[in-house]
Amino acid sequence: MKSLGSIRKSFAPWNDPAATPYIRFENVTKKFGDFVAVNDLSLDIYEREFFALLGASGCGKTTLLRMLAGFEEPSAGQIFLDGQNLSGIPPYRRPVNMMFQSYALFPHMTVEANIGFGLKQDRMPRDQIAARVAEMLKLVKLEQFAKRKPHQLSGGQRQRVALARSLAKRPKVLLLDEPLGALDKKLREETQFELTDLQQELGLTFLVVTHDQEEAMTMADRIAILDKGKVMQVATPAETYEAPVSRFVAEFVGSVNLFDGSVSAREGSVASIAYGDGLTIAADNAGDAAVGDQVAFAIRPEKVRVASRKPEAGADNVMSGEVWDIAYLGDMTIYHVKLDDGRVIKSAMLNSSRLVDDPLTWDDRAWITFAPDAGVVLTR
Amino acid sequence: MRRIFSAIASRVVIAVPYAWLLFFFLIPFVIVFKISLSDLAISMPPYTPALEGLRDFFARLSEFDLENYHLLMCDLLGYIGVGADLCRGGFSTDFFERPYLSVAYISSLKIAAVSTFLTLLVGYPVAYAMARAPQSMRPTLLMLVILPFWTSFLIRVYAWIGILKPEGLLNQLLLNIGLISEPLVIMNTNTAVYIGIVYSYLPFMVLPLYSALEKLDHSLIEAAQDLGCRPLSAFWKITFPLSLPGVVAGCLLVFIPAVGEFVIPDLLGGSRTLMIGKTLWSEFFNNRDWPLSSAVAIVLLLILVVPIVLFQRAQARAQE
Repeated sequence: MKSLGSIRKSFAPWNDPAATPYIRFENVTKKFGDFVAVNDLSLDIYEREFFALLGASGCGKTTLLRMLAGFEEPSAGQIFLDGQNLSGIPPYRRPVNMMFQSYALFPHMTVEANIGFGLKQDRMPRDQIAARVAEMLKLVKLEQFAKRKPHQLSGGQRQRVALARSLAKRPKVLLLDEPLGALDKKLREETQFELTDLQQELGLTFLVVTHDQEEAMTMADRIAILDKGKVMQVATPAETYEAPVSRFVAEFVGSVNLFDGSVSAREGSVASIAYGDGLTIAADNAGDAAVGDQVAFAIRPEKVRVASRKPEAGADNVMSGEVWDIAYLGDMTIYHVKLDDGRVIKSAMLNSSRLVDDPLTWDDRAWITFAPDAGVVLTR
Repeated sequence: MRRIFSAIASRVVIAVPYAWLLFFFLIPFVIVFKISLSDLAISMPPYTPALEGLRDFFARLSEFDLENYHLLMCDLLGYIGVGADLCRGGFSTDFFERPYLSVAYISSLKIAAVSTFLTLLVGYPVAYAMARAPQSMRPTLLMLVILPFWTSFLIRVYAWIGILKPEGLLNQLLLNIGLISEPLVIMNTNTAVYIGIVYSYLPFMVLPLYSALEKLDHSLIEAAQDLGCRPLSAFWKITFPLSLPGVVAGCLLVFIPAVGEFVIPDLLGGSRTLMIGKTLWSEFFNNRDWPLSSAVAIVLLLILVVPIVLFQRAQARAQE
């Protein structure tokens, strides 16, 4: 198979002003009684995109998916798919298919019958159904399990049957509700890559709902981070991680150190942020933060360096404290350093050599440094 | 020591239901079976003693015969109209002058089958609605289904006489609305028996159906619709097949007692409603022919064992 990397690299229709979105949520609101599950949400998803809806439980991500599938009607707003307004169209007439979190395999039917179910509803000729089912079984590598019933399969196999069943009708969009939630860690990691490859190979649009950020980041072209029925940020995995737009996103995705303060000076793109008694941080890429603004400086642990020796004079952003906690993870070590002003900073150091010549240990005096452009200034 | 004790205890626990079945099912069954093998005697009790000590047990044993079963078989042959000549010989002629017992058997099976089907038609929507009702309402609905059991079965069947009789509540209502111009004749017909059976056995249909439908994962229906299935078609392709164990259990729970039903046909049915329960009653208490009626009862049991065995086989297969 040809490498798909080059296709993925150049794929960014969201940056192309001429591209028309394939799926469009327009000011969609969904209420269940008094509870607002989705709140005036707008979102554009492009054709062939692998799009992830990421959020904690109750953020409205599954409701959004179910509205696209037709199981829920929006209380307000509209959903378009490929230019067609979906309102009032029942689920059985929508050109989308869903892979359910519970898989929802029909227990009284064989694997074959499960996969062929949707095709049979469409009155596809028998021989074509058989051919498509065989093709799907091959795709998910379950050829020898065609005659089994779902309860005779392992969890991973069931997941594949569910996937094959939802792909069999060649939907315009495949909706995946926590597709890997029920698998163990190892299988989950393998399947993540299989799903992305499959999506590229079939050229379909995938919309996946997940609460697992690692899953979203591995698989998706873009991620929408949801909270309380609203979109917090829509961006590529790298942008989400490296350029979060708000405190919420910075804290939700990965681990982060936050310094609350105000902009005390501004010099080109560099801002000085006063965060304590006479303490400042020099932060590059300060965006539109103006002097006097209340901001937060966010920096990821792996961009914070910790050392037992005092850095040379003139270095930016030097802080001192003592080692409070150490977590050795094998590939890296996480240090919790308690600064002299009392705050605890996390630093992740890659263990690039087996023998550390400058070992830091509990209660050691430690120095923390980071570059001005290693963090981001958050105004929200 | 402790292990021995627990081994004994576990045996005792298993022994209790066996003892129950032995005393209250097997022994009465054996007694009835023995009576069915003996001959009619005008005495108290109205059959030749089945057991009078072991001394003449074997002497008695030689007197046992399958005459009553032979008679029942001849009855069936006579009813079908084949080989009746084979049977004429040994029996008193008055036996063949009354209605065939086979007619009562077949009529019972037919009435039971029709009323089981009607009960299913009524019970399925009820159970479905209950299973789809909000979680908080389900215990109340279950209570309502069971509520009629708090009144005596006999009284409830009597109440139906008041509803169904020509000047009863139903006819008055329909006459007042103007739907009918003269009272419907429902009382003392098979229709009244159907109504009585459907009413009386409805809970036995609803409860197993409810438990089957309640377990059903709603996402299966959504998955079917997602794959292009209309709601009605999703019902027939997913919901109904998955509720089949409940359907079968409910049908057996209604069919089996309905075949032997005595009270409902006696109170609501007419003289032309022929059911084996009524026949048994008149054979036992009017004709006082205990041996023959015991044979009738044993044959009825055998007829009913067939669907139960089939059901258990089907269940065992489904579990594979």
